[in-house]
Amino acid sequence: MALAIAFYLLAAVTVGAGFGVVSSRNPVHSVLFLILSFFSAAGLFVTMGAEFLAMLLVVVYVGAVAVLFLFVVMMLDVDFAALRQGFARYMPLGGLVAGILAIEMIVVATAVATGGTPKADTPQVYGDVSNIEAIGRVLYTDYVYFFQAAGLVLLVAMIGAIVLTLRHKPGVRRQVIVDQVARTPKTGMRVVQIKPGQGIDQ
Amino acid sequence: MTFSQDLALAAPELILAIGALGLLVVGAFAPRATTALMLASIGALILAAWAAAVGPIGRGFSGGLIADNASAFAKVAIYLASAVAILLGQKWFERKAIRNFEFPILILLAALGMGMMASAGDLISLYMGVELHSLALYVLAAMHREDAKASEAGLKYFVLGALSSGLLLYGASLIYGFAGSTKFDEIAAVVQGGASTGVLFGLVFLICGLAFKVSAAPFHMWTPDVYEGAPTPVVAFFAGAPKLAAMVLFARVLAEGFAGAADQWRQVLVLIALLSIFVGAFAGLAQTNLKRLWAYSSIANVGYAVLGLASGSSEGMQAMLVFMVLYMIDVTGFFACLTALSRNGRPMETIGDMAGLFKERPGIALAMTAFSLSALGLPPFSGFWAKFYVFKAALGVGEPMIVIAAVLGLVGSVVAAFYYLRLIKVMWFDTAPGQTDALPREAQVVAISAALFSFPVVMGALIFLDPAAKAAAAAFGLAS
Repeated sequence: MALAIAFYLLAAVTVGAGFGVVSSRNPVHSVLFLILSFFSAAGLFVTMGAEFLAMLLVVVYVGAVAVLFLFVVMMLDVDFAALRQGFARYMPLGGLVAGILAIEMIVVATAVATGGTPKADTPQVYGDVSNIEAIGRVLYTDYVYFFQAAGLVLLVAMIGAIVLTLRHKPGVRRQVIVDQVARTPKTGMRVVQIKPGQGIDQ
Repeated sequence: MTFSQDLALAAPELILAIGALGLLVVGAFAPRATTALMLASIGALILAAWAAAVGPIGRGFSGGLIADNASAFAKVAIYLASAVAILLGQKWFERKAIRNFEFPILILLAALGMGMMASAGDLISLYMGVELHSLALYVLAAMHREDAKASEAGLKYFVLGALSSGLLLYGASLIYGFAGSTKFDEIAAVVQGGASTGVLFGLVFLICGLAFKVSAAPFHMWTPDVYEGAPTPVVAFFAGAPKLAAMVLFARVLAEGFAGAADQWRQVLVLIALLSIFVGAFAGLAQTNLKRLWAYSSIANVGYAVLGLASGSSEGMQAMLVFMVLYMIDVTGFFACLTALSRNGRPMETIGDMAGLFKERPGIALAMTAFSLSALGLPPFSGFWAKFYVFKAALGVGEPMIVIAAVLGLVGSVVAAFYYLRLIKVMWFDTAPGQTDALPREAQVVAISAALFSFPVVMGALIFLDPAAKAAAAAFGLAS
């Protein structure tokens, strides 16, 4: 009973916040709604017993991605009013496509519901272990190939970002740590006798 | 299967991954040593091709990686094409005073991704391979940063590629949800004797995503813009190896995962094949830029390969493999010609630019003539043999739908003949507007050797290619 209440509450908040993301006029509010929907989705994961995924969602999406969005929205001067201008014009076509897609999904969902549940593997259970331990056990054994490939995908993304954006400007003064460490009072200081009423000419 | 056996199966991937990581470190400390990095990358690719050819056969990493004759065939072709792309591209970038040591490394990583696609046995490794090679290709398209068109090409490719990845993932998640597994062999057990609505829904999305990657109509819109904007040697790479990898992946998904639903996906593939052939033939008529023209030509050619796939037999798979390899050599050679040619430092890219080329550069003009006639499908050039295999397989199935599609495909090929012949006419009979610049040697060598392959070497090469492709097609486990 409590679980059902929690589910409906969290699901309603997720959907409502998702609607808020696309409907609010202020982009900062959109991002804040996005964070709210992430949080409630994390709550949904907890109700399903996937506490590790819930933690990941909060740490990665709320902690990093959404905050990054917030930075981008605040730092870039995007004219959202101009972006919205075509909204009314594209609304009928977009609505039509969305409607067709929704109908198709409903048809498939009902087809499945009437046809019974498909053959599904029973999830592998590793005794009485936590989520993290269960994921950890397969990540570097059964899934090591995919895991390493994912690492390479991220590496390519990093190389790409550097190749496309790094520019070596001439005349940039870089920090040379060896020079800084080698600095002594002799090289860094000079004792000058100043006569009253005169400055130093360097 | 022990872990060391798994690693032995993944030897080509390991060579490329370790090679790329090692060369990245070398490049970070010695960014000026581009020639050494280029040679080392080519060496790594050749080594990986050798490892793929002689390596053990089996399934590794709990079904994620399949090493069989098909993957070996595709990997050898892909790795060698990537090595040629490095040779063409590195020198081109150096002539443009862009000294990026990352270029060969990105090609290595793209080749790694394409190899993963060719030997994927699981929806997850399918997606990882697709994403690894696409990300590298997006960066390669935009690598010439000073060129606004290259940036546009990179951005367009990225946005539309991300959309197609979304379709692919959506389809994969539906298939996983309804079939209960991500492994192709377990999916095959579920869809024996026809797929359920849910699985079919997912399969259609998956086909859409893959059609995007091979640039088959109606998912072709990115191709002309990306080909036009991206650096020419990079296009030489784009147009060949990634398409072969995606086609092999396509074949593997359909043959190993969804053989039971062949009647259902066959209609989709026939539609895609015919649309591609006609879009490629008719839209190509209006083009003046050669890179765009060849983009439409590649759309049409992919249509023929998909037609081979649609026949759903072992012969059809063999036809698709032979077709893609022969086409890859043709298209690499053609873009090598475009890489080589320039007039007053400006690249020659339109049909008008090619006027009178035969009088001035007979070698290159002859090579381009050979590629055009080959793409047109004139015997005895390699393109004829490629199409011959496809039509033979399509007629061999005896399915009326496939036979009609094959006849329509012939019609499309006649329409496309117009633009190939126009290019030849301009090159041979029009008068030249001015002197062309000196030809860079490596592009000339690649172009001439590819032209020699398309005729007459292909006749001898088919003696080896035919049984190799046959063995590769047999690995998909379809009825002949």
